[in-house]
Amino acid sequence: MVAVTENLERARTAAAAVNDPELPMLTLHDLGILRGVRIEEDGTVTVRITPTYSGCPALAEMRADVYRAVRAAGFDRVEVRTELSPAWTSDWITEEGRRKLTEHGISPPGRAPARADGPVPLVLLPTRTAPRCPRCGAAETEELSRFGATSCKSLHRCRSCLEPFEHVKEI
Amino acid sequence: MSGDNIFSGLVEEHEGDARWAFGTGFTEALAGVDTTLPQNVNGQALSTYCQMLGDDALVCAQRLTHWVTDAPELEEEMALANIALDLLGQSRLLLARAGQADGTGRDEDDFAYWREADRFRNVCLAEAPRGDFARTIMTLLVLSSWRLALMARLRNSTDPVLAAIADKAVNELSYHREYAISWTLRLGDGTAYSRERMIEAVQDVWPFTGELFATHPVESELAAQGVGVDPATTREEIHGVLTQVLTTATLETPPAFSDGAISGRDGRHTDELVPLLAEMQKVAREHPEATW
Repeated sequence: MVAVTENLERARTAAAAVNDPELPMLTLHDLGILRGVRIEEDGTVTVRITPTYSGCPALAEMRADVYRAVRAAGFDRVEVRTELSPAWTSDWITEEGRRKLTEHGISPPGRAPARADGPVPLVLLPTRTAPRCPRCGAAETEELSRFGATSCKSLHRCRSCLEPFEHVKEI
Repeated sequence: MSGDNIFSGLVEEHEGDARWAFGTGFTEALAGVDTTLPQNVNGQALSTYCQMLGDDALVCAQRLTHWVTDAPELEEEMALANIALDLLGQSRLLLARAGQADGTGRDEDDFAYWREADRFRNVCLAEAPRGDFARTIMTLLVLSSWRLALMARLRNSTDPVLAAIADKAVNELSYHREYAISWTLRLGDGTAYSRERMIEAVQDVWPFTGELFATHPVESELAAQGVGVDPATTREEIHGVLTQVLTTATLETPPAFSDGAISGRDGRHTDELVPLLAEMQKVAREHPEATW
């Protein structure tokens, strides 16, 4: 029984420590896309991960990285499953992940918009509060582009230190 | 090692190749998702329905990428390319689902690269000319508002895969629509010239809107089973959304949607689709053995 728990812990640790290819300072655990690790009766390790965006080009690479990492931790049979629902939200990024983002000059996301069941409400004016500058901490920043170098980030500039910075979008 | 794991071969062949995104033949968008069909669902109809929704996204994505290297500003180019990428992601999942639902096992590439234009089931607005930036924004405003309304309803689909795809798509389409709205307001309520171009864009796009609310027999069959959505049920909601956006942009209240007939959903397309597909399918057809 102890061995089983230890094995599971070892598999989980290996999968959780894989880095995101687009945000390499974050592990899959930090990003909140690791949904579960199990050891099946036949010894197969199944790892469930969820995509951040439907078109995320990094997902296939993450799956292969997880596969490799768990194999390297001593498991012969590994299956990586995609879980589409519930959809990933930036609220799942851990506190540790947020701290790492800031350390690397990327502003972490604020609270994701609430999800209701009915029609998505129409927004005609900007409602977001501007993110703080991750370099100097100033609150006066402006959005340069809602769409950044990857799907999950937008581009901003600090009005105080004038440095541009990226922000992980609330979704 | 388990023989049916598609990652096994992949990793063995490419061990040590850290960036293997190209050249592996890796195509399965729904890898590891439980794709069992719910009971009493007609697999053939579900497949056709997934092709409709998948083709809308695929063709629209291909059209949007025509702005890459050609957008008025770098930021807009990134925005349109990112929106196209989201739509491409949605279409990959939907087309993969289509190939499972009809039992043929066709994958996303089979659908995207090896069908002729008359087998594509997208609405004609998706293939309509890109036009100028205002026209692209108007097309995006209409398509994203409509698709968002469909996907919001599909979150309750009795097909768990479709419901899961929709759950994700809703988040993405919400900010696609937001992007289109922000530009509609800027252009409509901008300079005399930008306003003139936006007014023309509304006029050019409007004739395509009727088709969006025409119900195909497959849509009505699946809507009755709780799997799909009858697009006619979104008609009033979409008209309300577009009216609110256009009037806020100081443009005229749009006329009622005309009663459109089924066209693209049955493979009857405008002359625009053939050249669009020729470009999209060229590499795959010239090098049928290639993998990427």
